[in-house]
Amino acid sequence: MTELLNTLYVQTPGTSLHLDGDTVRVFHPDQTGRRLLPLVRIDHFVVFGGVNVTDDLILRCADDGRSISWLTGNGRFRARTVGPTTGNPLLRQAQHRVADSVEQRLQIAVAMVAGKIHNSRQVLLRTARDTSGHRQVALRASAELLAERLGLLGTAASANEVLGVEGIAARDYFAAMPYLLTESKEWKASGRNKRPPTDPLNCLLSFLYGMLRVAVQGALEQVGLDPYIGFLHGVRSGKPSLALDLMEEFRPLLADRLALTLLNRRELTRDDFEALPNGGYRLTDGGRKSVLGAWQQSRQRSWQHVQLGREVPGALLPLVQARLLARHLRGDLVAYQPWMVS
Amino acid sequence: MDLLVTYDVETVTPQGQRRLRAVAKICEAYGHRVQKSVFEIVCRDPDKVRLVAELQAVIDPVRDSVRIYRLPASALDDVEHLGKPRAVDPRGPFVI
Repeated sequence: MTELLNTLYVQTPGTSLHLDGDTVRVFHPDQTGRRLLPLVRIDHFVVFGGVNVTDDLILRCADDGRSISWLTGNGRFRARTVGPTTGNPLLRQAQHRVADSVEQRLQIAVAMVAGKIHNSRQVLLRTARDTSGHRQVALRASAELLAERLGLLGTAASANEVLGVEGIAARDYFAAMPYLLTESKEWKASGRNKRPPTDPLNCLLSFLYGMLRVAVQGALEQVGLDPYIGFLHGVRSGKPSLALDLMEEFRPLLADRLALTLLNRRELTRDDFEALPNGGYRLTDGGRKSVLGAWQQSRQRSWQHVQLGREVPGALLPLVQARLLARHLRGDLVAYQPWMVS
Repeated sequence: MDLLVTYDVETVTPQGQRRLRAVAKICEAYGHRVQKSVFEIVCRDPDKVRLVAELQAVIDPVRDSVRIYRLPASALDDVEHLGKPRAVDPRGPFVI
């Protein structure tokens, strides 16, 4: 088995990270003793507000092709440093050509949304299997509805229409959220909302999507694709469309299910969230730490990958899909196949 | 793969002390110090080759001794430990 490299998450404000030989020295004024982590084991840094990274370490990471992402406490992406652009112009040209072709763009967009809807259905059906009574009925009905939406994709004539179907399916899926929460009275799920998320579940989802986005964007850059030229989401300045595209198929199983598990198993409690004056919710420092630990743990879990015919750890799925996409763009694969579980 | 690295570096001379620091620095770059001269390392095959080469380059083959044990898969996840707790889990999440 290949050893997965680790992501270092630093969220304690006041911490500073220094380069010490080939290690990262972690320093916090309240903690004594030397804390060293080997750089060779880390392929990505995720740094939250109030943490200092020395320029030595930033430059060393850039040299080695290791990226650093800066996020707000809520998981919103702020900045990312990577080294020089890698020399892969042919792939980037191919990507732009496909993005300009209405037909090819549509084909990829349909595949991505189909993957998402399929995986959302799996979340509903898997939970339905373990429940009974009206919850099971409601979940199965929602899954049925999603299957219909899946049929709509066949008639979509443009990437914009595909995005419309995605929106409708997402609304149906989030409407079924209350039935996915066993403690639904306590957590009150009411569809998806953001900026700010107005309940703990949405707050948790926003945070995990932030983590997912970091992972997906990193994978795209590693493969040499431009994260800002997408096929499903329109191209707009400052919007990483391709990262948003590729995230879709991962959201239900890698993020939503983890959020539901954390709440259903009471691994997070009300105390892990704090209400903000603007009606939004935010994770507390302790809550964020629990979520990051669980996220990192869940990334080790292996998932079946049908096209590859073997199991792939969650942490590598974005990279695998980014490679498959790159192969399709280059013309080595006839179609892009999203990651779908059965 | 999981490795356990232990070393004895003769430190009677200033050169020896320098070698000791060099060996420790190399090991720190690959794994976690669990006792004064014992490191637990989780790494990929090329990393091990590099580690061995780096150690080879700094030790004095007459006076020093480094032992690298290759452990069965995931052996480091199942360690019985008495006394002062170990600081980090070599495969666990790095969350600070």
